[in-house]
Amino acid sequence: MHALLTSKWTKVALFLLCLVPLGALVWRGFHHGLGANPVEFIQLTTGDWTLRFLIFTLCITPFRKLFHLPDLIRFRRMLGLFAFFYVCLHFLTYLGPDQSFDLGAMWKDVYKRPFITVGFLGFVLLLPLALTSTAGWIRRLGGKRWQILHRAVYFAAVAGVIHYYWKVKSDVRMPVFYGVLVAILLLWRLFDWYFKRRGSAGVKLSAQRLPADPAS
Amino acid sequence: MFIRNSPDLTYADVTLKSVYLNRRKFLGTIGIAGAAALGGHRLYEWLASPQTVYAAAKFDNLIKSPFSTTEKENSFEDVTHYNNFYEFGTDKGDPAKNAQKFNTSNWVVSVEGEVAKPRKFTMDEILKLASLEERIYRHRCVEAWSIVVPWIGYSFSNLVKLVEPKPKADFVAFQSYYDPGQMPQARWAGIQFPYVEGLRLDEAMNPLTLLCVGMYGESLPNQDGAPVRMVIPWKYGFKSIKSLVKIKFQSKMPPTTWNLAAYNEYGFYSNVNPNVDHPRWSQAKERRLGEIFKRPTLMFNGYGDQVASMYNGMDLKKYY
Repeated sequence: MHALLTSKWTKVALFLLCLVPLGALVWRGFHHGLGANPVEFIQLTTGDWTLRFLIFTLCITPFRKLFHLPDLIRFRRMLGLFAFFYVCLHFLTYLGPDQSFDLGAMWKDVYKRPFITVGFLGFVLLLPLALTSTAGWIRRLGGKRWQILHRAVYFAAVAGVIHYYWKVKSDVRMPVFYGVLVAILLLWRLFDWYFKRRGSAGVKLSAQRLPADPAS
Repeated sequence: MFIRNSPDLTYADVTLKSVYLNRRKFLGTIGIAGAAALGGHRLYEWLASPQTVYAAAKFDNLIKSPFSTTEKENSFEDVTHYNNFYEFGTDKGDPAKNAQKFNTSNWVVSVEGEVAKPRKFTMDEILKLASLEERIYRHRCVEAWSIVVPWIGYSFSNLVKLVEPKPKADFVAFQSYYDPGQMPQARWAGIQFPYVEGLRLDEAMNPLTLLCVGMYGESLPNQDGAPVRMVIPWKYGFKSIKSLVKIKFQSKMPPTTWNLAAYNEYGFYSNVNPNVDHPRWSQAKERRLGEIFKRPTLMFNGYGDQVASMYNGMDLKKYY
């Protein structure tokens, strides 16, 4: 598993896999597969994939710890940047076809409509994270500060879910589904943080409590 | 198959289309089977938009209506694969898939309430009640998209005159067909069924208000509200109730489905109005299907000359 996760080719394969949603959209575009309202189709699809990639990104830390796969860290930046990539496409469908590239009209819309405001907020939160995703920026900011900054992704994910929930007319199944996933991933972090704090206060105690495995 | 004004053909003949449909389905299945053999059935289904071919009864000798717009019609494909018909699912593509087996044979529309002559109409009676016209209307959805559709039908007032409303009848309530057995997806829609709508009597009597039995020269496809629906072109699309089974004349303003779901977002009148936004999005512009950028929305969807006088003195911001 370690060899697989650290292989250069795994990263290349994952990169290509992350491009599949875009590829599918392009393929549909050339095969009359975007439906009667192509702009809306692209907008909804890129919005969906933004949320999915945010969720994938948020899965990395819990999966590393739960499944003892520390090497998964190699993929976190790529997944996060793909979330940013898809949110950029999503935002472009709004700025272009919806607002005719009229920035004045866009600001009014962002100001006036809560569902747009919260979606825009999520997008803006991801901007500095994408910019500071390089090794150089981690060094310049220092690990601790970089980590604090990148916790903004939690708020971006929550903003994305609220954006989706406020957008639908009456069938809330999908936004609720994403909401539950994000909630699980954030709650896991809260518990992890809480038990780590308690754990570090009583290391001895917990070490003593470890059950002896007779088979070993 | 043609429905001329010949009495020997009845609406039951229309249902023969299922034979035709199955043939098409079979041909389609061969193609899909090929893809499945390659182990990519699901992927194929996901990637390729299903191109369903509908066969329906054709109407001819249709009267061209002076109310028709000269704007470019949307394609039949678009109008039959981009539907809001929540009984069959909330995704725009759901009704085309899920309404295929919807049974509309032996359809009866019951007219009741404050009328001198309450009665039930069979589809044959509805088809012969007045001369069928083709009316090419703009259709503006509350979600800020629009289409141009060549509907077939006649002014609803023709039916109203037959049942003779009493003076008390100030409103008309409409009800859609609902059968959870045939519409299992409806339970996820988040709105109440059966779907209900309503009009003021003067709105119902306006010549633009269409009792609609077809489109594009044919009977209505299931996903577009077969076999009979309303079309009220100056109001948002959700007012144009589909698969109509009950019409009730009454003195009280009837409840309407979307108003019950969110009263602050969808009013009883729901006239197309670019100056009154939906609380969550602007109604100033709309995307005509087939276009990329949005175009300005017209007051009363461009039907002001025929309908604006009905709302004289009314604050349309209050009565949205």
